[in-house]
Amino acid sequence: MSHDANPHGTAGTKGAVRRFFTNNLVTLVFLFIGIAGLRVSGLALPFFIVDIVDRVARNGFLVLALIIPVLAGLGLNFAIVLGAMAGQATIIFMTHWGIGGIWGILLCMAISFPIALALGVLTGRLLNKARGKEMITTLILGFFANGIYQLVFLILVGTLIPMKNETLVLSSGVGIRTTIDLTDGLKFGLDDLLRIPLPLFAILCGAAVLGSFPVRSVLRKRALAAREKTPLRDGVLALTGLFLAGWGIKNLVVESMYSFIRVPAGTFLVLGALCLFILFFTRTKLGQDMRTVGQDRHVAEVSGIDTDRIRITAMVMSTVLAAWGQIIFLQNLGTFSTYGSHEQVGMFAIAALLIGGASVAKATIGQAVVGLFLFHTMFIVSPLAGRALFGDAQLGEYFRSFVAYGIIGLSLALHSWKKHMQQKQGAGG
Amino acid sequence: MENANATPFARALRGIGAGLRSFGAPRIIIIVFLVSLWITSTLLKIPFPAVLSDSLVRLGMNAVLTLAMLPSILSGTSLYFGLPLGIICGLLGGVMSIELDLRGFEAFFGAVAMSLPLAVLVGWGYGWLLNRVKGSEMTVGTYIGFGFVSLMSFGWVTLPFHHPEMAWAIGKGIRVTISLEGRFSGVLNNLWSFDILGVRVPTGALAFSALCCLLVWLFFRSRSGLAMKSAGMSPKFAEASGINVNRMRIRGTILSTVLGAVGILVYSQGFGFLQLYQAPMYMGFIAAASILIGGATLKTGRISHVIIGTFLFHSILVVALPVANTVSQLGSLAEISRSVVSNGIILYALAQKGGAE
Repeated sequence: MSHDANPHGTAGTKGAVRRFFTNNLVTLVFLFIGIAGLRVSGLALPFFIVDIVDRVARNGFLVLALIIPVLAGLGLNFAIVLGAMAGQATIIFMTHWGIGGIWGILLCMAISFPIALALGVLTGRLLNKARGKEMITTLILGFFANGIYQLVFLILVGTLIPMKNETLVLSSGVGIRTTIDLTDGLKFGLDDLLRIPLPLFAILCGAAVLGSFPVRSVLRKRALAAREKTPLRDGVLALTGLFLAGWGIKNLVVESMYSFIRVPAGTFLVLGALCLFILFFTRTKLGQDMRTVGQDRHVAEVSGIDTDRIRITAMVMSTVLAAWGQIIFLQNLGTFSTYGSHEQVGMFAIAALLIGGASVAKATIGQAVVGLFLFHTMFIVSPLAGRALFGDAQLGEYFRSFVAYGIIGLSLALHSWKKHMQQKQGAGG
Repeated sequence: MENANATPFARALRGIGAGLRSFGAPRIIIIVFLVSLWITSTLLKIPFPAVLSDSLVRLGMNAVLTLAMLPSILSGTSLYFGLPLGIICGLLGGVMSIELDLRGFEAFFGAVAMSLPLAVLVGWGYGWLLNRVKGSEMTVGTYIGFGFVSLMSFGWVTLPFHHPEMAWAIGKGIRVTISLEGRFSGVLNNLWSFDILGVRVPTGALAFSALCCLLVWLFFRSRSGLAMKSAGMSPKFAEASGINVNRMRIRGTILSTVLGAVGILVYSQGFGFLQLYQAPMYMGFIAAASILIGGATLKTGRISHVIIGTFLFHSILVVALPVANTVSQLGSLAEISRSVVSNGIILYALAQKGGAE
């Protein structure tokens, strides 16, 4: 594959633009769908912004939980569903004990940690037995674990596990109710910690985006291999940062209806901390080992890395993060469907990541953030657009689930197709 | 003979041990589970002949759907999680036969005939795709199947079907479940059916399933079938001996899709309804679990695995429901155990050495 050695040198701006388009085709298509859907749906911008900010806060952690297994070569971890179940189990305990607020959230995270850890170890061990079939295994494992989860909370609670709580247990005395209200409990436990007006939040975001440039240039200098230069992406980022900051300042000075939108900044702080952690982690010895295992297991083994152990570690981290992610998700939502909230967590998180331009072998924080915005834009507008276009909101929902499933199927197919072609070329030349 | 001086008894024991090992732990667990459920059901005074009747009906209804896994496994594309594709082709055939106002056998075979060209076309396209994603057929297949189900949910609303038996009274599109009463409900199940010792045998459905099994069995003894098998078993060797592996994989996928289409029609005539929209989504997993319980792996399978597996898996479902309902008032227990058993068995198969790496 030597003909690919210098793709960035002489091509110039035209080449750069074309490369930007081919590399980000999926993302751009969804950007278009999102904008078109927003126009068609006739949704007022402030309502849309309230919704999208909320959804990004709610789902961000879960999407970020997917990055580490991709790094370790395990592909997209559909088994974050298991982590989500661990999170939900502890939320049920908390609601039973009547602990709420930020302390409830922290306690929840602490208790879900060992559960998620154990589940992660089990998942990792299973995946070490099912090498080469990791993704389908995590997918089926999610379905399997869902059965066990139902068995525990629908059948065993009240029969084998004694539990007396009228608000939680069904009137027959067996099984947890299908929906649990978290009001007066964990609801907004993290979100209400710190709420700031949207314009201020926009200024902070803009500052963070612009501030990332000097940090990244330092990191780039320190990195051993020279990173590729991405002028177009940098330009887009800089413009976004400037726009956010400018828009924020304008709305802060001239009070508008945006000033009354209050953003859960605490949750975003936690998200930011997780992003920083992942960045930091990929630069540690363990992170580098994980990357080696992900790129080539044989090379990793020759250089003395215990690949099985690394893979288990990656699954444990992902499962624990997913458990915490589900806790953050549900405290924002405020009510949860005991037997349904976790089911589609894996699928939605993965679809979001893929729409951001990630693949089975590569996923970055930037892709996660972009994907979150685009996927949830589609989520918000598609029922409304469906009603406006076809006179039927249901059609919009079918379209939405078609896109979620289709994007996963298609990008998995594209990825293995690409790999297939590369292998062919490698064998040929 | 090194075992010549061992006692016949020891030899028999060793033989049984080896037999059990090759039989596989999961199958033994499943059989023990089934037998204990049967015993419990008799203790609970649930009439055993009725349970057995239901098991036979379920066998007749599901055997062809399970059979759809086989060509896919043998041609090297692993478990056919794209089964919803075939199922939707079959459902389209069924809907068209009602739209044309067919009744009885005419309706059933008309539906089969109309679904076949669709299934061949879809199977060909899907096979073409699977050739480009070697190594991740199962994951891609699952999501292509899910995506197709969602796309067709769109289709059921927008396609021009207007027959009053299917259309919603108000609004667009056709209903979620369509009754086959007076169409082809039970045409196979009631054909030549007879009672013996209180057990009702749905001869027509069983005979039709047996016919499909026989055709597949014959196919895998033909020149083309043998080539397909060797393409699945060792693609490199097959390629070297002049077999077009990719073409064989496409043929296997087409055959699986066609069987899926026929299978859902057999299933629907027994069930009495066509289930549209989201219903086909998880049927692939049930069929996969059935053939795996029967003893198939991700790369090998036989007709006997199809029959044994379908009977075991669906018998458990049939008997679990009344037992669960009698033991406790928890109807969901049966559904939960179905999910745990079917997904557990697929996980077990995935965790075995070999398979689709």
